[in-house]
Amino acid sequence: MFFRSLLAVGALALASAVQAQEPIRIGAFLSVTGPAAFLGDPEQKTLELYVEKINAAGGVLGRKLQLYSYDSAGDAEKARAYVKRLIEQDKVDVLVGGSTTGETMAAVPLAEAANVPFISLAGAVVIIEPVKKWVFKTPHTDRMACEKVFDDMRARGATKVALISGAGGFDRSMRAECLKVAAQRGVQIVADESYGAGDTDMTAQLTKIKNTPGVQAVLNCGFGQGPAIVTKNYRQLGIQVPFYQSHGVASKQYVKLSGDAAEGVRLPAAALLVAETLPAADKQKKVVVDYKREYEARFKSEVSTFGGHAYDGLMLAVDAIKRAGGTDRAKVRDALESTKGYMGTAGVVNMSPKDHMGLDLSAFRMLEVRKGDWTLVQ
Amino acid sequence: MSAELVQFLVAGITLGAIYALVALGFAIIYNASHVINFAQGEFVMIGGMAATAFVDSGLPLPLAAAAAVAAATLVGIALEKLAVEPARNASVVTLIIITIGASILLRGLASLVWDKKIHSLPAFTGERPIAIGGATLLPQTLWVLGATVVAVAALWWFFNRTLTGSAILAVSHNRLAARLMGISVRRVLMVSFGLSAGLGALAGILIAPISFTSWDVGVMLGLKGFAAAILGGLGSGPGAIAGGLALGLIEALGAGYLSSAYKDVFAFVIILGALVFLPDGLAGRRAAERV
Repeated sequence: MFFRSLLAVGALALASAVQAQEPIRIGAFLSVTGPAAFLGDPEQKTLELYVEKINAAGGVLGRKLQLYSYDSAGDAEKARAYVKRLIEQDKVDVLVGGSTTGETMAAVPLAEAANVPFISLAGAVVIIEPVKKWVFKTPHTDRMACEKVFDDMRARGATKVALISGAGGFDRSMRAECLKVAAQRGVQIVADESYGAGDTDMTAQLTKIKNTPGVQAVLNCGFGQGPAIVTKNYRQLGIQVPFYQSHGVASKQYVKLSGDAAEGVRLPAAALLVAETLPAADKQKKVVVDYKREYEARFKSEVSTFGGHAYDGLMLAVDAIKRAGGTDRAKVRDALESTKGYMGTAGVVNMSPKDHMGLDLSAFRMLEVRKGDWTLVQ
Repeated sequence: MSAELVQFLVAGITLGAIYALVALGFAIIYNASHVINFAQGEFVMIGGMAATAFVDSGLPLPLAAAAAVAAATLVGIALEKLAVEPARNASVVTLIIITIGASILLRGLASLVWDKKIHSLPAFTGERPIAIGGATLLPQTLWVLGATVVAVAALWWFFNRTLTGSAILAVSHNRLAARLMGISVRRVLMVSFGLSAGLGALAGILIAPISFTSWDVGVMLGLKGFAAAILGGLGSGPGAIAGGLALGLIEALGAGYLSSAYKDVFAFVIILGALVFLPDGLAGRRAAERV
């Protein structure tokens, strides 16, 4: 392995000496189709849009960016094959991608072995814990969402919390993280209910929660249509304690599906969702408003946080390449790791050798649904 | 009766009524052709998706619902004409595989014709919960139950009081004898596919305000409806209704009193049990009379 990486570094040094004007190769593998297309589709569009924009503005260090992108369709096996191709055949300088955690984890051993800086766009904590030398990620984690929600509950005087979770990957991962950090954040989980994929009624589970003594707040870890049904059932049963949803449903669609039942529901979300309502003094306002306008003007569809993750991934890579003064992989990696104060759509990024994500809880904003729209909870 | 129990019963009966409608669709086609139509769930999806699309395009709800049922009925008839009838000499297993293929095709088409988003219909008569005995139910639940009762009554009338209905029953009892009596088996098959598609679509429209609809909603509902049909005894109308209600109640009470984590497990364990100990279902008779 050592030998191979030595060769790779040698070849790269040689190549860069011969052709200084070679394009900078960005390798992407995204779930543009398949079950995770809602992640990969905006990510792909974002990368295309911004590679084009950066090139139109003269490129990076006088070199053009060239995007090599493959559709891994949510399949870890495909992701592995494409990443191999990106590294060996396309000889990319940096990897941006892995829409899902499964695809990312399939690519991690390859990136590590070939010493290619790799910025993942997937959510789970396992990607950066334990820290892997060449692997970074841009999205906030489930754990941070749990922490944000629990902090908000405590601020409202609620410490006895009921969980209701779906059966999907996102739902279960978030539930597990919430259970892990609950005690640390000073809340106690007093009920832990679940519902299946495609379930059409959750009143039975919610009745159980309603009749659990001492429940002071309820958190729904869920994704898809489940949370909207839970929200409607919650109001139907007339449960009075504060109700929280996860960042998994931070979309206009959730509010539309739940209708009046969503009034007063709180959830943690990226600033991108409320870009225009952020106060003018907010340091993040410019970057999120710009991205939102660019994206929506070009694609005529609503911006999503997932596309924002790809924006952050690309910009972090570009920023690191600029600071490294070229595409020497080791230097780019070091530059990525020393990223400080970068303002992205997910929040301010401060990387360190111990933290390859670099976000803190301020990355999440607590939102409340009022009159069918999001408002910022101060 | 405690308020808790009432709430679980309300939830169970609502779920059960929907499962029963889907199960009836399975029963009608099974009776006419001995085929288990695995595209039944897709009829439910088409009903819900078409209704939301019609409402979005400006039609008033009752018209949109009627148009959606009509559209699904046409899809059902087309499925019979284009996929099942050309293979009518094939074995039943082949026909069942054809319906599985059709279900995948219909799902794919739905995601192209409409989209992959989740849609909702407005509730028929408001969303203010009604309180009974400490429990609450939505007005839409009454619509689900009422429409199910009406649909079941209409089916009973159709099968027992009309010539076409009697013809379908005759074919289900003895295809050869029915043909000798001058009944067109082809027409019977067509009518039964159209009928069960319309019934599925009705179920899809009724629950769209409660549990939403999307291109892939048919998978789970079809599976649950199939389970209800098995539990009740394949091909039996009253059995399908009993099976649907039983399944809904098992799910709601299981989630309420035992553990919600194993909710689906209870349902499927009961069905396995039914297959082993009551192979003809709750309302089953021996299939021998069909030989």
